[in-house]
Amino acid sequence: MTQAKYRVGERVRVMKAYPPGHLRTPFYIRGQAGTVERICGAFPNPEELAQMRDGLPPQPLYRVRFLQKDVWPDYQGSAADVVEIEIFQHWLEKA
Amino acid sequence: MKDSGTYKPLTYFQLMEVSLRELLVEKGLLTEEQIRKEVADMSGRTPERGAKVVARAWLNSGFKKRLLENGTKACEELGLDVPALKLVVVENTPQVHNVIVCTLCSCYPRMLLGIPPDWYKSRAYRSRMVREPRAVLQEFGLRLSDEIQVRVHDSTADMRYLVLPMRPALTEGWSEERLAALVTRDSMIGVATPRSPGKNP
Repeated sequence: MTQAKYRVGERVRVMKAYPPGHLRTPFYIRGQAGTVERICGAFPNPEELAQMRDGLPPQPLYRVRFLQKDVWPDYQGSAADVVEIEIFQHWLEKA
Repeated sequence: MKDSGTYKPLTYFQLMEVSLRELLVEKGLLTEEQIRKEVADMSGRTPERGAKVVARAWLNSGFKKRLLENGTKACEELGLDVPALKLVVVENTPQVHNVIVCTLCSCYPRMLLGIPPDWYKSRAYRSRMVREPRAVLQEFGLRLSDEIQVRVHDSTADMRYLVLPMRPALTEGWSEERLAALVTRDSMIGVATPRSPGKNP
């Protein structure tokens, strides 16, 4: 299993990458910075599973919390509103 | 009995389902009996399962704590087996409102809520709930003040989510069964609040 690199509360940024294939990282969150809310454990890499490979070693999966006003510049609502998304470690870098 | 039904040709997806099912059986990968049983199990799972979890959490603070820490494990205590499902339960409070969406497909806690409603899978819900959650919630009849933080949970990978709604007022002393009857599917997705006790027979 790949070790978890980030801690709860740490600031991380989702990579702004557009590789081909089956991905579980929504477009709208790429390039955004947020805070690690929890570490969900480690799971087989879905991008590998989609290619009929085993997806091993399992990749750490995080729940990352983003402020809506950062994600959508014209967001209508409270400045405290958030969106929380599961992101695999290989999509994250230190913010 | 006279059959006066009208017949329509199968739709594209119905035809695909029949073809795939027949092929799987023909190739010996599945039996008709296995398929029938899975379909029966699927329709046997209803939001009442989730409602039981919520009502127990309202009554038992120890259970609630365990549920919020590890949803999958806590459900096992109720005899609800949730295999291959990592359940994350998020709690509504007077300050925080949670709502669930899956923008990439239609991930849903089927083991606790059954088959998702069509709107949950619609492109409009999936794209708008992250973009303008307050407007969408208002269309569901839920108007939230700006003092309340809205937390949208995009179910993108291996977790599945259940909202633990707030217990309605004026339900002191109620049994678990009575409380569970107030808990609706929509309140566990986060697009509604539970029924109010006055409207419950």
